Formats: sequence, structure tokens, C-alpha cells
Amino acid sequence: MINIYEVAETNQMIEKENLDVRTITLGISLLDCIDSDLNRLNEKIYHKIYEAAKDLVKTGEEISREYGIPIVNKRISVTPVALVGGAACKKPEDFASIAKTLDKVAHEVGVNFIGGYSAQVSKGMTPADKLLIESIPLALSQTERVCSSVNLGSTKTGINMDAVKLMGEIILQTAEYTKENDSLGCAKLVVFCNAPDDNPFMAGAFHGITEADKIINVGVSGPGVVKTALSKVRGENFEVLCETIKKTAFKVTRVGQLVAQEASKRLNVPFGIVDLSLAPTPAIGDSVAEILCEIGLEYAGAPGTTAALALLNDQVKKGGVMASSYVGGLSGAFIPVSEDQGMINAVLAGALTLEKLEAMTCVCSVGLDMIAIPGDTKATTISGIIADEMAIGMINQKTTAVRIIPVVGKGVGETVEFGGLLGYAPIMPVNKFSCDAFINRGGRIPAPIHSFKN
Amino acid sequence: MKRTIITVVGKDTVGIIAKVCTYLAENNINILDISQTIVQGYFNMMMIVDTNQTNRHFGDIVDELGALGEEIGVIIKCQKEEIFDTMHRI
Repeated sequence: MINIYEVAETNQMIEKENLDVRTITLGISLLDCIDSDLNRLNEKIYHKIYEAAKDLVKTGEEISREYGIPIVNKRISVTPVALVGGAACKKPEDFASIAKTLDKVAHEVGVNFIGGYSAQVSKGMTPADKLLIESIPLALSQTERVCSSVNLGSTKTGINMDAVKLMGEIILQTAEYTKENDSLGCAKLVVFCNAPDDNPFMAGAFHGITEADKIINVGVSGPGVVKTALSKVRGENFEVLCETIKKTAFKVTRVGQLVAQEASKRLNVPFGIVDLSLAPTPAIGDSVAEILCEIGLEYAGAPGTTAALALLNDQVKKGGVMASSYVGGLSGAFIPVSEDQGMINAVLAGALTLEKLEAMTCVCSVGLDMIAIPGDTKATTISGIIADEMAIGMINQKTTAVRIIPVVGKGVGETVEFGGLLGYAPIMPVNKFSCDAFINRGGRIPAPIHSFKN
Repeated sequence: MKRTIITVVGKDTVGIIAKVCTYLAENNINILDISQTIVQGYFNMMMIVDTNQTNRHFGDIVDELGALGEEIGVIIKCQKEEIFDTMHRI
């Protein structure tokens, strides 16, 4: 039988160490909404999402109350809209009207983000893909809760450099369109290499075409719990360190598994995966960078950071994988800058640069995330940063992403405030040397040799 | 049988258990086990209870016990047992 100390440990994690379930994300396929008439398409999308998700928030809150575990976000992901809107949309404004429909239904069912304003263009772009991408600045400036993602490459297909070039321009344009709000639109726009179909985390969540009609995916969190556990084994060797992370990750993931199964049962929607990620928030004590410090670094970014992060990421997976039968999504440590107070401190102290962050993305679960850069950064430079990140993902057969915010009217030394879970960030300097000729070549980078496994 | 864990944490004072037990009795909730300890001067109690006989909604019990806790000056939480089971048992 459960004893008082185990109960106290769980409640201590929840109350003092910010243990929470970060998100319950309901994936909804919109493939059956496809119509060549735009109005009818929008109508069908609205009704399908509304019917599927009307009880999502209420159910999440009930589970939260009964188990005493906070469930921070309830969200929706949908089939990449480029696929759904292809038959009806003839101009970017047509696609943007779908974004407005998504935003409206998100408000009505009470979810804080809806993801899937997306295109998958890792090898080539259809006219619909291109139209959707071109509509992103408009869509993100006219909506509040819609998140957009574009998959630009994969280990199997190589990297679509035409799309990489285009996305550099689109990110700048999105920044310009949302400059009144410190270019906030870019915080809801992410590009991927090897994007997973079942990721529950925003801004990159979409409901892949390999998925069922509806699915529940859950993202857990708990950097604070790992940090507290590690503070009890200071000075011990790596074996003890790794054991501690594994055990903690197991416990955290089990909570996610429980919540996922309950939500699945109550909403009568199949359970997809648990994403066992360490996802920080701007709250004090909810930081991945602080775990790195606890492992033994003065600041995130100090020599040893990549090794420490590699170890952390691997142990989180090893501990978590036994806790749930189905793990998926991104699963690992997230290292966003603006959403993690420890990362912000590291940037302010001069310990963490864009180049070091790039190295860190080779060994953790995502990529360059929530990084504010000067608003006058060139489009080709942004494309160059994206290309580097995509190459890391392609060669290492892992997901990588770029969510970078060129803040219009601001430069290095200034700070940008996004608010809420998105946090705030110091503007980071970007390498000024040109990559114009490289980006302007056009075409695609072939898939690497190790993709030919057939 | 689905069981529920009630925890009470706070400064020790007269009648904490009495008040909680009265509430449970009034709502037809059976106590299966009680353990308590004092940690750093703080009263820590855990009850394992059976809520199958009550006709009350679980969420209301959570709220009412929470309010009772505020009245006494302690924190009372009421959670389904599975969260502890899944976390601490393989």
C-alpha cells in the first residue's frame, strides 16, 4: 500500500517543484472536411473541431482536480492545412480565412493554441504548399491562437533549399506584420527537419496524415523535479547522477501516462503517445538551464554544456521509456531561450551564444527555440541559420527546429517581452558574414548516404 | 475498489482529525487507513478512504475538504490513489 512518504513526495513535486502535465493535445484529422468550396470547407472545419473538442477543456480540468495535478494547457492539433485547403484556396487570403476559422473555434472551445497551419515540403512544394507558406504572415497577424509550422527537410528526402530560402523571407515578413507586438507572430512559427506526426507541443504540433481520425497526445514536464532530485546528489559520480535522472523521469512520465489514459477514456478518443520532454517555463525553478547548472556548470553555455545536455536528454528517455508503452513526439530536453529563466541569465552573463545553442541542438530534442535576434537581420542570414539546423537534423536522423524572432526595431542589448508562457528574451547577436550566394543557389540538398537503408 | 488519498498538512492543533472525520462520516466516506507523523513541527496526516458509497461528486468533495482545511488553518488535499500508485509502483 502507498505510504505517507510516497504521498508526500508526489505532492512536494507538484507544489514546490512545478511538476505538471504541460499539455493535453487533441489531434483532429481534417481530411474529411476537404471541399473545393472555400465557405463550405471553413464550415466543415469549424464543426468538426467544435464537436471533437467541446469537452476537452472541461475534461482536462476535471482530471486535474481529481488527481491534484496541474494540467497547464489544453490544445488542438489538426491535419496540415496545406493538404486540407489545397482544393479550395486559390490565393494566400483564402488560406488565411482557414486560419481565422481555426482561431475562432479555438476561442470557442477554450484551448490556448491550435497547431497545424502547416505544410510539409521536405522535398518539394505543391502550389497549395507555396500558397499556404506565403499566407503565414497574414494568417499569424490576423489570429491569436493559431500556430504554424513548416517541415523543410528530412533524413529520407534531404533539405528543400528553395523552401529554406522562402522561409527566411517569410519569417522576416511575419516579424514585420506583427511588429506592433514585438514581432510576436514569429513565436508561433517554427520550421522543422524530421517533424514528428504526433508532437503535442506548440508551436510545432500538427496532426500527421499517419494518424487516426482523432487522438490524444500528452506532453509532460518537470525540470524543477529533476533539478531538486539532483541537488541531493551533488558531488556524486556520473553513475549516481544518471540513475537519479532516470528515476525522476520515470515518475514524471508515469503521471503523464495516467493523465493521457484518463483523458482518452473520458473523451472516448484513442490514446496516442506521451511526449516525455523536459519543457521549461519562465517560472523560477522550472528551468532546464538550472539542471545543467546543478550537473556542475556555472552557466548554461559553459564548456561541458553539450556533454551535460546529451547526458540529460539520454537519461530522460531511458527513464521515461519504461513508464509509458507509447512514447513519441519530441521527447527530450527543450532548450528555448525566452521560456527559461536560466537560459536568459546565461545569455545576459555572456555565457551562451547562438553558436553554442546550435551545438546543443545536436544532442537534445529540438533546436534553436525562442531566440530573439536583431530586426535588421537579412533574410538570407535567417535562411542560413535554418539550413545549418536542418543539416544537423538530417545527418543525425533527429528532429531539429528553428523558432527565431527577428524583432523589428530592436537590436542587441535590448530585451523583448512576449508575456505568459512565451516569456522574455534578450536580443542575441547574429554572425554578420554573408551566406547570400549559398542560399541563392536554389534546389535541394540530397538525402545523406545513410538514408538508403532499403 | 477505487481508493482516495486525503492528506492534511499544517500546524498541529486540537481537533484536526475530528473535523476531517466528521466531514467524511457525514458524507458516507469510509476510512480504511490513517497514518500520521510530525515533520519539522508540521502535522502530516494521510488517510486512505473509500468513496464508493458516497453520492457526492468527487470534485465537490475536493472543494469542500479544501475549504474545511482553510477553516482549520491546514492544507487538505483529496486525490485519487492512482496518481501515487502509478508514480511509485511498477
